[in-house]
Amino acid sequence: METYLYTALFAPLVGSLFAALFADKPKNLVTGIATSTLLFVSWISSVVLLLHVAHGEEVHVKLMDWIHAGGLVIPFGFIVDQVTATMMFVVTTVSAVVHVYSIGYMDHDKSFNRFFAWLSAFVFSMMVLVMSDNFAGLFIGWEGVGLCSWALIGFWYHKESASWAANEAFIMNRIADLGMLIGIFLIYWNFGSLQYDVVFEQVADKDHGLLMMVTAFLFIGAMGKSAQFPLHTWLADAMEGPTPVSALIHAATMVTAGVYLVIRANPLYSVVPEVSLFVASLGAFVAMFAASMALVNRDLKRIIAYSTLSQLGYMFVAAGVGAYWVALFHLMTHAFFKALLFLGAGNVMHAMDDELDIFKMGGLAKKMQWTMILMTIASVALAGIYPFAGFFSKDKILEAAFATDHYVLWTILWITAGLTAFYSFRLVMLVFFGEERYKIFGYHPHEAYRFMLWAMAPLAVLAVIAGFFEHSFVHMIEHVLPVEEHHISTFTFWTLIIVTQAIALGGIGFAVWKYSKGGFSKKWEETFIYQLLFNQYYIPKIYDEYICKPYGELSRIFWKDLDLKIVDATVDFIATTIYKSGMVSRVVQSGNLSNMLRWMGVGLLILLLAAIFYSPVR
Amino acid sequence: MITLSHYLILSAILFSIGLVGVYRRKNLLLLLFSTEILLNAVNIGFAAISKFYGDLTGQMFAFFIVAVAASEVAVGLGLMIVWYKRRGTLDIDSMQSMHG
Repeated sequence: METYLYTALFAPLVGSLFAALFADKPKNLVTGIATSTLLFVSWISSVVLLLHVAHGEEVHVKLMDWIHAGGLVIPFGFIVDQVTATMMFVVTTVSAVVHVYSIGYMDHDKSFNRFFAWLSAFVFSMMVLVMSDNFAGLFIGWEGVGLCSWALIGFWYHKESASWAANEAFIMNRIADLGMLIGIFLIYWNFGSLQYDVVFEQVADKDHGLLMMVTAFLFIGAMGKSAQFPLHTWLADAMEGPTPVSALIHAATMVTAGVYLVIRANPLYSVVPEVSLFVASLGAFVAMFAASMALVNRDLKRIIAYSTLSQLGYMFVAAGVGAYWVALFHLMTHAFFKALLFLGAGNVMHAMDDELDIFKMGGLAKKMQWTMILMTIASVALAGIYPFAGFFSKDKILEAAFATDHYVLWTILWITAGLTAFYSFRLVMLVFFGEERYKIFGYHPHEAYRFMLWAMAPLAVLAVIAGFFEHSFVHMIEHVLPVEEHHISTFTFWTLIIVTQAIALGGIGFAVWKYSKGGFSKKWEETFIYQLLFNQYYIPKIYDEYICKPYGELSRIFWKDLDLKIVDATVDFIATTIYKSGMVSRVVQSGNLSNMLRWMGVGLLILLLAAIFYSPVR
Repeated sequence: MITLSHYLILSAILFSIGLVGVYRRKNLLLLLFSTEILLNAVNIGFAAISKFYGDLTGQMFAFFIVAVAASEVAVGLGLMIVWYKRRGTLDIDSMQSMHG
């Protein structure tokens, strides 16, 4: 099994390094095929491991000692338990699909090889993140995915907006990572180790306040990576990157790392109800907050990005109320249908020459039948309609919130389910149906390559059937995560399902009805609510106005007044003084022996006087 | 009665003469003589104090200085002869080829 573990882990790295060899060469199809093949190998290994651990076994290996300094011992250890195996399966599945898809999507890009180098490097970092058996390894993977995300958002770095978005994502994540790093330090100081098993063993005899600090700081890290409020702005801007990147990193895998962290550290979170409640509340808030922004946005990819944000909120609610396995389950199903949705959006973008405004599309169903079908499947799954995957996981989250007596959270999530259904179908309706507005703007849409559609097919299948694996998933995951039976009556259970289905179907129905009749009137766009939502609650503006600008001003003051006038002046003064004293004293070096002897006499005299007056022996 | 003080005063007087010679003379040969006077002034001091304390170390040191002075004169005079043959003068003010 160790061989499979190493294969799964290092195959993407090999692919990445191989592609990196050709990074500055013109497009070479071999890099795309080689990285995809290696990803496929990694996928097979992950599946083998998943089947192996499904019966309650674990694979735990130690590659080598990494840090061994004084009392600090951190090995390069990897563990594959049921949680990790699930994550590995999700990551490798989506990555393999995205790699194959990218061969078509990046077809005409001159940096084709560089793209695959970074994409595979990302997969490797993500694998390190999920497979590490200690917090330090997790942090390395965490930073690795951050770096790769930066490089891929800013892939088209010649575009100012892309490099700006890349930097924004990177900086926001660094802010959060500081919190996470503090959490890890606290763990090391108080638990004496960073190994998961050692730390979790000692949870029972630790001070409650300490555990609260540890979990809170770790969650700050999770908030950054999973783009939770108030660190959420980077995710929407990250859509500047190529669409396969958005599908892989900013929907399916990297942004779920925060959820993974909370799930992984569940022994810590489950004993701190205060922080858990905060996690759940923030999740519910973000779910609704992001969904409301998705309602009015006109940008194809940003709508999906806000939807991702909203679904991450759902996952945090599940983790916060203690239903960790539900969070992981939703993470998995979400990865499939959200990646599918993004790849479909990529097809549309290609067809429309990178146009993103959905109000300039419409009626594309005729030209892009298959993309339409795939995206509709993904949207139905996202909306959570039976029997698609989203239904099972989302319904479980609502049920968990209701059964643990968090009725407020349940209500928020319930309304959000309706909003989700509405904005998903608003997008589908505006892009694929109705009036063919693209003709006015002179676009000539065409369907994507056949193999790209085939590459998306596995995701579509998973988006439909993944929900039916719920029972085997529970059976597998209960070895590591607590699976609690919720005590709600059959009547309540069915009522919840019906109520949720009703609001989701209502949302879909309303969107279909409204947009088949031409959508909302212009008047609606002038209302305060619309403006508020369209401008993302003015949060980017507020950040710009109250954080970036004062900071810029402060930096300017430090530069002009402190650095130039004090620091630089001091350094210059020292330099000029020495230079001038040299100019003055160069006459001493006359080369005349008598003169030099006289100077020697003077020096001798001074030394003698010093010896007399400052003699230590008086 | 001649005491240690007399010797030390003699030594100091000789040292001063040597010092003045080193500073005032412009002829390199005389400069060398003055240096010899300086060294021997010190030698007198060493020998006198050595006798006063009954410790032979000072006299040994004086011997060393005599030996060093002899070799210094040998080398110095040799250099000076070469210099005089080349330039025809030993005036130190004419030796200013390097100055800042």
